Amino acid sequence: MNQLLYSKLSSLFKVELSLATSIGQIQLDRPVMLASGILGISLDVFNRLYRSGVGAVVTKSLSTEPWEGYPNPTIFSVKGGGWINAVGLSNPGATNFAKMIEPNQDVPIIVSLVGSIPEDFETMIKQFENCKVTAYELNLSCPHVAKVGLEVGDDPELVKKIVTTAKNTTDVPIIAKVGLGTTHYLNTVSAAIDSGIDAITAINTVRAMAIDVETQRPILSNKFGGLSGTPIKPIALRCVYEISSKHDIPIIGCGGISTWEDAVEFFLAGASAIQLGSAVGDNWIDVFNDINNGILQYMKRKNYSSIKEMVGLAKKQ
Amino acid sequence: MQRNNNHTTIVTIEKVIDETPTVRTLVFSDDVMSNVLPGQFAMVWIPGVNELPMSVMISKEPGKAAFTVRKHGPASTGLFNILEGQQIGIRGPYGNSFDLKEGKLLLVGGGTGLVPMMRLLTFVKPTDDVTVLIGAKSKDEVFFEDLANNLLENNPHKVIVSTDDGSYGEKGFVTDLVEKLVSKSHFDGVYVCGPEIMMYKTVQSAHSRKMFVQASLERMMKCGVGICGSCCVGEDLVCRDGTVFDGQHLSTNKEFGHFYRNKAGILENY
Repeated sequence: MNQLLYSKLSSLFKVELSLATSIGQIQLDRPVMLASGILGISLDVFNRLYRSGVGAVVTKSLSTEPWEGYPNPTIFSVKGGGWINAVGLSNPGATNFAKMIEPNQDVPIIVSLVGSIPEDFETMIKQFENCKVTAYELNLSCPHVAKVGLEVGDDPELVKKIVTTAKNTTDVPIIAKVGLGTTHYLNTVSAAIDSGIDAITAINTVRAMAIDVETQRPILSNKFGGLSGTPIKPIALRCVYEISSKHDIPIIGCGGISTWEDAVEFFLAGASAIQLGSAVGDNWIDVFNDINNGILQYMKRKNYSSIKEMVGLAKKQ
Repeated sequence: MQRNNNHTTIVTIEKVIDETPTVRTLVFSDDVMSNVLPGQFAMVWIPGVNELPMSVMISKEPGKAAFTVRKHGPASTGLFNILEGQQIGIRGPYGNSFDLKEGKLLLVGGGTGLVPMMRLLTFVKPTDDVTVLIGAKSKDEVFFEDLANNLLENNPHKVIVSTDDGSYGEKGFVTDLVEKLVSKSHFDGVYVCGPEIMMYKTVQSAHSRKMFVQASLERMMKCGVGICGSCCVGEDLVCRDGTVFDGQHLSTNKEFGHFYRNKAGILENY
């Protein structure tokens, strides 16, 4: 974050303004994370993002083997705002990725994982034993790859088995990322909580598509993709509010956040931290410090000294 | 209303020009693309086939632009096979552009890396003394030699072709020619686009002699807008920070000239 602004504001108001937040056992200096799937394959880029103000980097979702993903077009810009992507969970595989992040000491890295069966997650988590990992995020909600993601998240019994296996494999906190599938996402949340999950990320992209009227064919090579960005923000906000109203579980808000006001809305709905991705495509990586600074100004104006003071306030209204 | 660069625009191919047996130029009408800066690129959708990043080629006619493509993989072969009257989608322009110096300039292009060099030539001043080096494997693969000479007809200039097998022009790698030229005289600006090893050697030759040098990088690209991360080189993203990088900056990049990433994002040696 902007150190100059930080010290200026702190001295002006004689309060120790802090962007630090905790999501259960996870401690972060700043509440804005890079969401999974975005810019996530190089440690050099992670370091740059950390310098640009992220509190943590969530990696691309990793699988047991490397995946090439779908052919292009893999992304579509929606008129009126938002993106539809079907990158297809392209990733270098957990083993290669673990080797790459082994030297990391400075950047809080949350490792995102996809798999079909509990053993996939056990195998992958073991690959990271020599790495400094802040948390694991189980991707139970990717809407455009068969046998993983939503197909797993839509099966609460399988979710229970995966979470239990992951929890038994490591002491590092485990987060479940849920989204909108055919099973009500609150059932997935309940299953994850019953099995000892440490936190919930809500939500993932929403299954969508785009058709070109001139050539009269679907644009994405996979036909269907996940809608992200500003169009899904109100939906994501509703989900965070619903989860925090029903459960006492740390929540990370994700879905269409692109401004500090969006971030604060999610805190007020019950999120202790937020993730963003599409806003990087719209505003590039300056967006992280812009949001940090906006949150700080808001805290100053409302006389809050920590993020925690804001979390869930809208539920009291 | 101003066009949003990220939205796909459908254009019709009006003319197909065979440059070599494996290289074609496809001309289309589009005001935005006709005015792009050298180094900028478009994401080109070949319906039902793929989408790929392409440097935007100039056209002699106002309001028109073109893509020059070599058939290689399924995506570029799909674009190569597009016929007059067929439609493609374009979005962009994306990326930055070359910083044009004045005086004695050296432009180095290999294969379709010549495309941004040809666009750069439309920006040189009549007083600039311009040397263009065209690198190709053999005589069959040489193109844009006449075009470069035509674009520079009012300038003091040289267009030199080198072929790896010596079947046309000078024999040998174009990078040997670069080394020979920069060791003999000072250039105010050196610009390169082509295979990465060619760019790496050119940047080294010029930068080690404290000459201003820029390269337009190419990487596996999926989104073009800084989301997917596929095109990262070290901490740089070719789509958002490039495609053009200074020699000064590239000399600190650990991956440039040494590694590329495959479709899964795994680093592989050149």
